Amino acid sequence: MMDAGLPLLEVTDLATHFHTQRGLLRAVDGVSFSVRRGQTLGIVGESGSGKSALARTIIRILSKRHTTTTGRITFEGRDLLTVSEPDMRDIRGRDIAMVFQDPTSSLNPVKQVGVQIEEVLARHLGLRGRAAQTRAIELLTSVGMPLPQERLHQYPHQLSGGMRQRVAIAIALACEPKLLIADEPTTALDVTIQAQILDLLHRRQKAHHMAMILISHDLGVVAGYTDTVAVMYAGQIVEQASTRSLFRNCRMPYTAALMRSAPNLSDPPHTRLRAITGRPPDMVLPPPGCRFEPRCDDATDICRNRRPALSASDADGTHRYACWHPVASPGASA
Amino acid sequence: MNALADDPGHETASPVGATIPMRVRDRLGLRFWLPAAWITMVVVLAATASLLPLPSPIETDFTALSNWPDRAHWFGTDQLGRDILSRAIFGARISLTVGLLAPALGLGIGMLLGMTAGYFRGRVEIVIGAAMDAVMAFPGILVVLAVTAYVGASVPLLVILLGVLTVPTFMRVARANTLVFAQHDFVLAARAMGATHWRVLSLELLPNVMIPILIYALLVVSRIIVVEGVLSFLGLSLPAPWPTWGNMIADGQVELATLPYIPFIPAALMFLTVLSINLIGERLRARTDLRGSVL
Repeated sequence: MMDAGLPLLEVTDLATHFHTQRGLLRAVDGVSFSVRRGQTLGIVGESGSGKSALARTIIRILSKRHTTTTGRITFEGRDLLTVSEPDMRDIRGRDIAMVFQDPTSSLNPVKQVGVQIEEVLARHLGLRGRAAQTRAIELLTSVGMPLPQERLHQYPHQLSGGMRQRVAIAIALACEPKLLIADEPTTALDVTIQAQILDLLHRRQKAHHMAMILISHDLGVVAGYTDTVAVMYAGQIVEQASTRSLFRNCRMPYTAALMRSAPNLSDPPHTRLRAITGRPPDMVLPPPGCRFEPRCDDATDICRNRRPALSASDADGTHRYACWHPVASPGASA
Repeated sequence: MNALADDPGHETASPVGATIPMRVRDRLGLRFWLPAAWITMVVVLAATASLLPLPSPIETDFTALSNWPDRAHWFGTDQLGRDILSRAIFGARISLTVGLLAPALGLGIGMLLGMTAGYFRGRVEIVIGAAMDAVMAFPGILVVLAVTAYVGASVPLLVILLGVLTVPTFMRVARANTLVFAQHDFVLAARAMGATHWRVLSLELLPNVMIPILIYALLVVSRIIVVEGVLSFLGLSLPAPWPTWGNMIADGQVELATLPYIPFIPAALMFLTVLSINLIGERLRARTDLRGSVL
């Protein structure tokens, strides 16, 4: 986990604004984080918090016409926001790859599985014919597909949801990317399959010493498979810490509320779910102060008027949160 | 199988189901194969017409004017002594050539424009849409009448004129389908794997858009065959003496009193051909329509 040297990906003050008919929608609003090789960063947040917009901004697949992006995305020393489009195309798929939420939609329904893998191999590695086929079988084997040879000639609809996601992962890993962005990779799958897919991603990541960004709305998923976690709310990171530290003593009331709202097996039957009341703010006109303020139990005047900055809490400075009235940390560090 | 050792909890897909692709055999049935056989026969006859032992379709036989069917002329002869069977088969050439090439031209141009409009949206879509509206605003048959009356009809001219007239509808079908498929994540996934817009259009969207547009093209083919028939009935398709189904019907009118069956031969041929194409199209549409299937 402790990898010497520069981070592989460093995002600084990134903002992505969508042009909508109602005005600018601040989907991502001043986000900074970094990921090292071999490390997994989890990004959690509820729907609409800007997680997917963040992922799509990093690989620049949002429509240029409808978005404005500012800030810096440094990947291996290059700023991805200033790289030319042809260079960016070479980076996509080869250096940074992405796994999407729903494999039913992310695989082309009218093309055989093998063809879809081989196209990527041809595009980035120049592999064709026999060589490409051999590599495709290797890839399918590495993602745990039984009978990979036969799978090459099957269509996505002939596979189960979990198998489809394995194919999507095989495609993403085809060129052994340095960074894998998994955007809710298990949300569309059965619970029983989720753990298998996450295990698979984890194993592949370790095998290739790859960096991974795991986006999820499920704290449980993030808890088990990440080294560090960033909690996103309304386009901003509100708390950032090592996974251990975040789950031990979260400071931001939003994180705390998220954790409380997960149903717990030790609850007595018929316990009401502790949902967070209210809804995320309108991102065209976000509240001037803390964005969680309208839904926060501890909010005061200062929360309404001034935005809290992301500040370090712990002695080592890796646990950072943005809140005027942080939740008391039980295991308070000296 | 050692791959599975690495992955203890893999989904158990039965090896039997994996080797024999699971597919429910949805038989196409007689409603497909009968029309298909008819179309094949007409196409083969039309294509090989000059090789068949047929009397010439334009040579007049003055010893056999307006004959009822006999051994030499299976379908009889018209008032100029020309063999009806031979004329009907050669007439199929014109109908099929125009009926296939004009929609092919319309499909090519329409699909290119429609996919461009549906994928890039924005200003491109507005310009293409407006151009198509302009084409549609022309009263199609009148344009064809005017041009063929002025320049004189020929097969290439008919193909181009009728082809251009079908472009707007092809464009709309292509655009509508592109809009739908472009919403799917596989487009985004392809982009995320480094595909250019051109690659996305040609490798990801085209195979998906092609299916509905080819089925739609079958309907256009049958419509164009009828339109060509109308034009040649009005004498605005190929000039005499070359036979087309339309001008055979027109010529046959003259002899309705003596040989009333003559116009019914090309009419029946056209009817069966158009009906067959529509039946095939309908069957294929039902087969590929996702709404009715398991998906």
